[in-house]
Amino acid sequence: MTAFNINGRAVDIAAGPETPLLWVIREHLKLTGTKYGCGIARCGACTVHVDGEPFRSCVTWLEDVEGRAVTTIEGLSPNAGHPLQKAWIAEQVPQCGYCQSGQIMQAAALLERTPVPTREQIITHMDGNICRCGTYVRIIAAIERASREG
Amino acid sequence: MATTFQPRIRALSRRGFLVTAGGLGIAVAYGSLSQPAVGATTVPGAEGGFRPNAWVTIADDGTVTIISPAVEMGQGIMTTLPLLVAEEMDADWDRVRIVQAPSDAKTYGNPGFYGIQLTGGSESTRGYHALLRLTGAQTRMVLLAAAAGMLRVPVSELSTEPGRVVHPASGRALDYGGIAANGPLPEPLPQVGEADLKPSDRWRYIGKRTIRRVDVPSKVDGTAVFGIDVQLPGMLHGAVLRAPVQGERPDAIDDTKARTVPGVTHIVPLSYGVGIIGETVEATKRAKELLDVEWSTGSRVRDYDSRHLLEAYRAIGRDPGRRGVPAHVTGDAQAAILGAATVIDVDYMSDHVSHAAMEPMNATALVIGDRIEIWAPTQGPTGTQRFAAEVIGTTPDKVKVNTTLLGGGFGRKAEKDFIVDAVSLAKAAEGRPVKVVWSREDDIRHDKFRPLEAQHIQVGLDADGRILGWRHRIVADSVFARTMPELFDGKGGHDDVVTEGAHFNYAVPAHHVEYLRQESGLDIGFWFAVGVGYTRFAIECVVDEIAAARGVDPMALRLELLRDQPRARAVIETVARMADWDREREDRGLGLAYSDAFGSHCAQVAEVSLDRETGRIRVHKVWCAIDPGVAIQPLHIEAMMIVGITNGTGHALFERINVVDGEVEESNFDTYRVIRMSEAPEIEVAVVPTPGSPVGGIGQAGLPPTGPAIANAIARLTGGVRLRHFPFLPERVLAALDGWTAQP
Repeated sequence: MTAFNINGRAVDIAAGPETPLLWVIREHLKLTGTKYGCGIARCGACTVHVDGEPFRSCVTWLEDVEGRAVTTIEGLSPNAGHPLQKAWIAEQVPQCGYCQSGQIMQAAALLERTPVPTREQIITHMDGNICRCGTYVRIIAAIERASREG
Repeated sequence: MATTFQPRIRALSRRGFLVTAGGLGIAVAYGSLSQPAVGATTVPGAEGGFRPNAWVTIADDGTVTIISPAVEMGQGIMTTLPLLVAEEMDADWDRVRIVQAPSDAKTYGNPGFYGIQLTGGSESTRGYHALLRLTGAQTRMVLLAAAAGMLRVPVSELSTEPGRVVHPASGRALDYGGIAANGPLPEPLPQVGEADLKPSDRWRYIGKRTIRRVDVPSKVDGTAVFGIDVQLPGMLHGAVLRAPVQGERPDAIDDTKARTVPGVTHIVPLSYGVGIIGETVEATKRAKELLDVEWSTGSRVRDYDSRHLLEAYRAIGRDPGRRGVPAHVTGDAQAAILGAATVIDVDYMSDHVSHAAMEPMNATALVIGDRIEIWAPTQGPTGTQRFAAEVIGTTPDKVKVNTTLLGGGFGRKAEKDFIVDAVSLAKAAEGRPVKVVWSREDDIRHDKFRPLEAQHIQVGLDADGRILGWRHRIVADSVFARTMPELFDGKGGHDDVVTEGAHFNYAVPAHHVEYLRQESGLDIGFWFAVGVGYTRFAIECVVDEIAAARGVDPMALRLELLRDQPRARAVIETVARMADWDREREDRGLGLAYSDAFGSHCAQVAEVSLDRETGRIRVHKVWCAIDPGVAIQPLHIEAMMIVGITNGTGHALFERINVVDGEVEESNFDTYRVIRMSEAPEIEVAVVPTPGSPVGGIGQAGLPPTGPAIANAIARLTGGVRLRHFPFLPERVLAALDGWTAQP
């Protein structure tokens, strides 16, 4: 059993220590907002926060989060009220939407540390997150809006 | 609207009625659905049993529920189509809920697209538009008639406002919910026709930038349910180890080790691989790694080598002895070319590309006896019924399909393989649902790629550089021969999607398009914009080659070739103004391309620069003018252009699948390169509808012009270096700069 905290809730998971955190989140805890995209940390769809830092949950093992605090898109804010979530709606960012949980979690980590990022800082920070629909220009606009309207 | 609509109406029940016309049904019902309707963003009936029999349901509290008949894969259709109903019935959009249609082609099939439930070809709005507006108008007239009875006034004294019927003379009003709760069903039921539709100056929702997509909120808080997110009581997980080469089968399976993995419940031999079922994802993944399989070696696909094949296709395109099937013929292009002063004679080519939708292929199935229930991110619920039925030898009517949201489709999710996986495994675990999720590696290696293709184009010009004749030969395997044999066979061996876009609207005196079908064995499929993605690449580049040969501005040449087409000219002139076309840029080039595919006119200008040392192209900005006829949701049309342009840039610069000895070399995002944020151009879009013109398709309209606009920009930047092979990899760009040419 591995104990950790997810979205403010203590959980104890019966799975092998090398089970990817992604599948623990999705299938053991049924928090399906976090997505499987590549399994090798090349697309960012599975991004969650571990103790406030962005992690690719597909290559993070269950044993790595023992005793730590994991935040998923479902726990980012009450009632989808995070400035990024509001900005994502205002800019109508998602198309298929599959990658967007990961995009938002990745962006949230940026704004946490750099509340007013430059365009270059946004692009550097977000370049590991693929959007196959190609919503990149609206993602940039939404991050800039969230930074502005915080 | 193209046809007059003559509805026939029959009552379904005391409080519902059905309008039929031309074999189509419009059902309207009062009262609640048999089960609570779920929001637009969750899986209907994940517990089974949700099956409304109506397009519109009005609840006693005034909530209006509208069925969305096409699948939502990011193209916004779940908002667009119900919006048409809401517009005509004067529903209060804030009180509308949207439900995904169940699998029922008779009621919900696309009247403009084979009458089935298949979302693709940018055909949804074009096909459903008339039907849904009439449905809305019909609903409004029923509400008016019922209100007239309740208020004891003639219908002619009534009108509607969002969500209610008003009687201006007395100041009285009835909420739609109140009518639904108490109103009588008018007898006889009112008839509807085109004349009953709202004129565009009375539209409240169509064309308004305030309308947002209904699925977006669920996509920012993690509540959206895609196929991969389906959770069912007692559900098992499935994985499939697929043969490395298409057409091979397992000759011997040693599952001794795989069976020892805790949680593994079944190992299922399949004709194309080995299935694993287990209690957890991690158990099936581990067991898959531990399977030891000896594969057959007889598949002819083992001879498939994409690099060599493309050269062979190119040679076939140039070989006058090889004849194909005519796809479009006006005049005598061959004679015109023979008599020409100058002949442009070029080859254009493209490699295979992969869909790589962010949501990998997956499906969930439950088999009980001869009945199947499926939860899947499918583009084709009707096909899914048939594919599933074939697996267990039942009939399609015994298959119920719950269509989830799709995490990207791009044509891939109309296929059958992922459905077959889920049903095959669910059959082995009968009574328990099984969710089968493909690994990204399988998703790419076992994709149905866009065809490998070569095009040979000859254009004869007179002494003044005017076009006399245009010959276009397309060499590729067929998509329809595999996926829609009835359509392929009926066309005498022609494939409408592989050559799609070759028939253009430029004024040329003679035009000959020919399809030279190849049968090299590897399955190919529908990819974003299908044939248009490469035929317009070739055509738009050749137009620029003609302009260069004649020494005229490529924009001016297009305007000349489109002199009788005001809509085409308007988007070209608009985009030229947006991009400030005549202004020279230092170290940057501008390129133009245009497309009338999918019933929409789209012109784009790309601004590019080139690193001549590395061969790397940078696309800085793309301007786009789009005329979709009617702009139902302008804000969303802009978004779809962004999708097309960004992917159009990525596939032109990076995307390539190599197949060697039948095995796909790329397998994940480390080896299959798709565009990232740092490579995406800035984009500026102008939506310029033409009132009174037919509704155009939008989903794929933005992609075709981008690649040729980039190639044309490079040619103008470099004094004529042509890039004629997708993708424009740095080594190909360097070779072109070095004087290599696609002409032999």
